[in-house]
Amino acid sequence: MASLPLAGSARLPILAGMTPRRLLRALLPALSLSLILIGIAWLNPRAISYFGFTLMLNLAIPIALATIAQMFVITGNDLDLSIGTFVGFVGCVTATWLHDAPLFGALVLLVSIGAYAALGALIHVRKLPSIVVTLGMSFVWQGLAILLLPKPGGKAPDWLLQLMSFKPPWVPFPIIAAVVIAVVAHIGLMRTSYGAILRGSGGNPIAISRAGWSLLKTKVTMFTLAGIFGVLSGMALIGITTSADANIGNGYTLLSIAGVILGGGEFVGGRVSPIGAVIGALTLALAASPLLTFMHIPPDWQVGANGAILIIVLAARALISRREG
Amino acid sequence: MTIVRTLIGKPWIWSFLGALAVWLAAIIFTGGYGAGGMLTAALSLAVFMVIVGVGQMFVITLGPGNVDLSLPANIGLASAVAMKVMDGSDAMVAIGLAAALATGMAIGAANYLLIWALRIPPIIATLSASFIIQSIDISYGRGLQIKPPPGFADFANVQLLGVPILAILTVLFTVGAGVALQRMVYGRSVTAIGQNIRAAWLAGVPVGRIRFLTYTLSGTLGGLNGALLAGYFRGANVDIGNEYLLASIAVVVIGGTSVAGGKANVPGVWGAALFLVLLLTMLNTFGVSAGVRLLLTGLVIVGVITAAGGQKATR
Repeated sequence: MASLPLAGSARLPILAGMTPRRLLRALLPALSLSLILIGIAWLNPRAISYFGFTLMLNLAIPIALATIAQMFVITGNDLDLSIGTFVGFVGCVTATWLHDAPLFGALVLLVSIGAYAALGALIHVRKLPSIVVTLGMSFVWQGLAILLLPKPGGKAPDWLLQLMSFKPPWVPFPIIAAVVIAVVAHIGLMRTSYGAILRGSGGNPIAISRAGWSLLKTKVTMFTLAGIFGVLSGMALIGITTSADANIGNGYTLLSIAGVILGGGEFVGGRVSPIGAVIGALTLALAASPLLTFMHIPPDWQVGANGAILIIVLAARALISRREG
Repeated sequence: MTIVRTLIGKPWIWSFLGALAVWLAAIIFTGGYGAGGMLTAALSLAVFMVIVGVGQMFVITLGPGNVDLSLPANIGLASAVAMKVMDGSDAMVAIGLAAALATGMAIGAANYLLIWALRIPPIIATLSASFIIQSIDISYGRGLQIKPPPGFADFANVQLLGVPILAILTVLFTVGAGVALQRMVYGRSVTAIGQNIRAAWLAGVPVGRIRFLTYTLSGTLGGLNGALLAGYFRGANVDIGNEYLLASIAVVVIGGTSVAGGKANVPGVWGAALFLVLLLTMLNTFGVSAGVRLLLTGLVIVGVITAAGGQKATR
């Protein structure tokens, strides 16, 4: 076992220079995903195929995007309880205005990203608890979504449908998309100098502020990024489901928080991992996959499976951290 | 004048003034028609928000990051357990209620066990627990025709001179909660932990035991709420508790309890619950659609917290 993580570090430069325990901690999300995949392969070997992955990971793209959105907010020591209904609202805009009047639809989506930025500014300026502000906003987005689409319906724009049903050779599209999302978020937040400032604004805001950086600007940037990824998530979701429903994204709030934490993120201190968050989202998507119903796991227990995975991974992490001391 | 000045100094007065304002707006719109009925209906529904709100208030007062996200799942499961144990028979009401309370208590204890054993933030612990509880509820309540015994359903709906009996009992309960918060060692310990957990620990407050008691209390109140809701709405279902996640947090915050912890307020929970219920009643009498209702509710919550603002920023 001991040689396995070391072999990994040679291939992945991001893991170089870590102590074995920190390495183990960083690899925990990947390990839990592998364990689930092994479980699925054991229950149904035919699922491990191009078609199987496409089917199982279908909804992983919007979940991964929503998780990255939540991750940006958590990086700044905040929490977004409205991301789920926001994804639902974006879905409704995508299936109606973006289909019928693309320019106006795009404008509405831009304005909604602006609303996210304004929210970040409001939270910072008035020193408000983000949990309550976003709680209120979750009603606002849901209300707007219902006003826009009182009954399930609408239609996704054709270009979006084509994009989401893209079938590349060899590797299933959801896996390529997940890798792209993880790499983009990783480079942006972990490899750029302003990314370090953003993480620092969660880890030690006073130090960042003394060093001359505007905390208002970091907060607004973080919420804007969350808005952008929330919009992408809603659009991806509608590209898969082809039509919308005002309640379509409601489950994403809790899923996105769980994904960030599964991926090794922590609630305070700007300690997050974009790659881990995407892996966490994939793990949750697999556990909630419709394919599980064909594998003797009753649908009743799919939500419970998510909870159990969360608890097991956190228990493993607590065990590793305790030894780390 | 001094009375007015003292009243204005209380953080909970604003939620009651808000409730009064929306009630007046609603009866001016109807021309005075149904003013009493509106209050009765508001009291009946506010009761359920107050019961979970008080539990959530004690949890939130423990300090930043403390919040019980498992309440909706808890309410759903407890309502199913209560109805199944009662099995439509009036003789079993007490045992069914006890079973619902025990379910809630066990969930609260399990929540704290996760927080303590895994050293994870309460938000994540109660979130993971709620996923599992939800599954248990779905699988346990499947295909059941769950109806409350007639005597229990009547009790949950009975009124005394237009005041629901549940509201009277809940007022007594909140008075007790207020005494516990202000005058008892337990309540003072909760506040102390919320203000500075390390100082409280150094001062000899049994931090672990108090936190355990608080999460268990919140769970137990969730269980009680589940049983009462099933009685009031004459049936249990999986989604019965869904709205109480947001409602329980909203009544605590609008009521003047600090989200940063260490400062709690019992009367405000009542004021905020009445305000939220009457706000919905007012929007209903105006005849607005469900979408506008949600939109305005959200804007009011954001507006209230922005106006109250200026607190120590936390999560």
